[in-house]
Amino acid sequence: MEMTFFNVLWFFLIFVLIGGYFVLDGFDLGAGVLYPFVAKDDHDKAVVRRSIGPVWDGNEVWLLTAGGALFAAFAPAYATTFSGFYLAVMLVLFGLIVRAVSLEYRGHDKKYGKVWDGCFFVGSLLPALLLGVAVGNIYAGIPMDMNGDYVGVPLLGLITPFTLLCGLLGLAMFLAAGAAWIALKAPKPSALQARAAGLRLPLQIAALVLFLAVSVYGHFVIQPAMDPALGIVRWLFAILAAGGIVASIVLARSKGSDKGAFLAQSVSAFCLVGLLAASMFPNLVVASAGSAGPSITLMSAASSEFSLMWMTIITCVGLPLVLVYHVIIYRTFRGRIEDDDLAHY
Amino acid sequence: MDIFSDPVLLARVQFALTAAYHFFFVPLTIGLGLILAINETRYYRSRNEKDAAASRFWVKIFTATFVIGVATGITMEFSFGTNWADYSRFVGDIFGAPLAAEALLAFFLESVFLGILLFGRKTVSPKFYLVSAWLVWFGSCLSALWILIANSWMQTPAGAELAADGSKAVITDFLAAAFNPSLMARYSHVVVALLIMGAFAAMAVSAWYLIKGKHAEFAMKTMRIGAVVGIVTSCIMIFTAHASAVVVAEEQPTKLAMMEGMYDDEVPPLYLFGWVDEESQQVITPFAIPGGTSFLATGTWDTEYQGLNSLAETEQYGALDPETAPVNFVFQTYHIMVAMYGLIMITAILAIVFTYRKGGRIKNMKWLQRLVLISPVFPVIAIQTGWFTAELGRQPWVVYPSVTGPEGVALATGDAASASVSAPELLITMALFFLVYVFLIFAWARVMGRFIKEGPVAKPAEADNAASDDAKREDVVPGFAPVDDPAVAAKGGE
Repeated sequence: MEMTFFNVLWFFLIFVLIGGYFVLDGFDLGAGVLYPFVAKDDHDKAVVRRSIGPVWDGNEVWLLTAGGALFAAFAPAYATTFSGFYLAVMLVLFGLIVRAVSLEYRGHDKKYGKVWDGCFFVGSLLPALLLGVAVGNIYAGIPMDMNGDYVGVPLLGLITPFTLLCGLLGLAMFLAAGAAWIALKAPKPSALQARAAGLRLPLQIAALVLFLAVSVYGHFVIQPAMDPALGIVRWLFAILAAGGIVASIVLARSKGSDKGAFLAQSVSAFCLVGLLAASMFPNLVVASAGSAGPSITLMSAASSEFSLMWMTIITCVGLPLVLVYHVIIYRTFRGRIEDDDLAHY
Repeated sequence: MDIFSDPVLLARVQFALTAAYHFFFVPLTIGLGLILAINETRYYRSRNEKDAAASRFWVKIFTATFVIGVATGITMEFSFGTNWADYSRFVGDIFGAPLAAEALLAFFLESVFLGILLFGRKTVSPKFYLVSAWLVWFGSCLSALWILIANSWMQTPAGAELAADGSKAVITDFLAAAFNPSLMARYSHVVVALLIMGAFAAMAVSAWYLIKGKHAEFAMKTMRIGAVVGIVTSCIMIFTAHASAVVVAEEQPTKLAMMEGMYDDEVPPLYLFGWVDEESQQVITPFAIPGGTSFLATGTWDTEYQGLNSLAETEQYGALDPETAPVNFVFQTYHIMVAMYGLIMITAILAIVFTYRKGGRIKNMKWLQRLVLISPVFPVIAIQTGWFTAELGRQPWVVYPSVTGPEGVALATGDAASASVSAPELLITMALFFLVYVFLIFAWARVMGRFIKEGPVAKPAEADNAASDDAKREDVVPGFAPVDDPAVAAKGGE
């Protein structure tokens, strides 16, 4: 099968959507995991929740869009991953469900405040950890039959040292972004702001170490067949991903810029997904050694050219609107959270 | 086959239950979204404190319901990949596009402007706030459109052909696939039902306040909005329901046969109710209008339709087994839906008459207040039974071989499930769904009860006195007194 313009475009767009999700929902998932640790009292908790209150829903839609787009553009990849990672996907799903509701209900339901806080934490942790594990699996390869169905052990078969490392890398990136976000949004000066700002550095160092570990392990031990033509692109993304974190550290330390630190961290998260895309290309789901079925590639899985053309038209209409919406919401709710903002929360 | 060991059956049950649950919250959201937007428009014009209180009240009710709809909606989008992998492989070329479009064009719109609605009251201008309310509602209707495009395509496939190797359906005409034969009838049928749901829910809240003798002015204002929306939508429903039934009669003969309990070829009569004895293949009923259904479907009293037995002998519908088809179930859900519509119409007429006659006589009519209070049950049951009719009536296919559908573009439900997902895995997730969803509905009911008890309080400061839980709080917070979040308040008092 030949590679066409639309195939490649949609491979690229899927990873743009995943990258958008990792950047945007990344920080609010991270904030949710850090929530019980940085927010020492109810006021702090309200600040953290309010900081992501207006934006988390839109952020999460990036995941739904990525899922829908994967279904539309590369249905076999969507079918294989979602059914193959069945229990893991369901855990992510339950996490997202209880998290969404806890954010909305926590402020109205004081009596069960602790229950909702717990839901918010667990609901954030499950996706933050498992998404990285899933990425590790499609990169390292899973056993598939000729139909493309996963034939390994449910759930436990997906957890290997490498995929676990990927999960931890994802978690560390989300946490670093979450800490940067809280440091950016919390009132300054406040103990909450100081705690979040102080957490940035250890989390970023953890992310850098894990990034190095995943890269070395992924490159030398897993040894996937990577497209040699993209070597330079991989180096570029790798340098930007690591450089973003370093820049974030520098901006926070020497310039005291919380905004700069957050943005640099976001660039890093996006480039990490870019590195993943450049390492996967042209595969979408790799078949592990000894699989009966072949890897799922952008050529074998792509929808018809006609279908992809219509999808592209829809995207050309939709994506600019989405960007406008994001500008509106982030501009409307810019700046640090003040006590006044909590009045209606 | 034992239900606990059949993955396809388990996957079907799981989809049915999670979709039914999701579609309890969606109608409330889309229906109340219109009430909210109308209310915001009123407030925008009047700018008085009473309408402001009503605005705050509806935003709280709406968002607390909306969020469960959003959260349980993720289940549905994931489920095609998790539970129906072979279905996804078969229809991906066509079915994925509306899902992606829904997320891109509708979900982003809804979620962003919902954020404004929830948190932006002080930040954005009144006009922008009003526009946001309408955009949230518009977005939710748009999202329903994309989902109905996807669902209608499964019922009446169009604009597609079977791939050369027979492995999947491939799109040939995008617009024909989107505007498939049943789309407009089914979309309008569904949206009108959702608006009825919202109108009845709004009226029920008003009736509750009338019964309790609280917030009388708000109650009558809301009752007037609800009664108008209720009667208009209930009247429009006649046409959309008729259009949907005609499409079924034209495109989905086995579904029509199940809805009317037809095993043998006949001119279908109109039953108000009955019981299908699946053994003897007869409809037991005390009352039937001869040729009634034929008249409704075609305008003539003597059009003969094929029954299940002769349909099952055709090549196209050969996969259907009349012996095991859920004929009585579909018959009952369909007729319950129609009966509920009767109750909806009666309630809507009574409500509009006594809300607008003689300065709102409903204020003193206890029996009518009680009827209106329980009336949201009617659209809830009608919507649920309607979907069960639609989805079970097309079995044993998930992509239905409709009359005008492209040849070969059909998929049996038994061939659609995920091969890699086993029965024990489905049972585990089923238990988790049960736990999480029961937890959520109790939480929703408690929060709703609390909002309704608090009512549309005139000033935020009064909320502290009106709210039962908060009233016991001893500390009043310096700095930011009007708080909805008691947790925040508690801190301030430390």
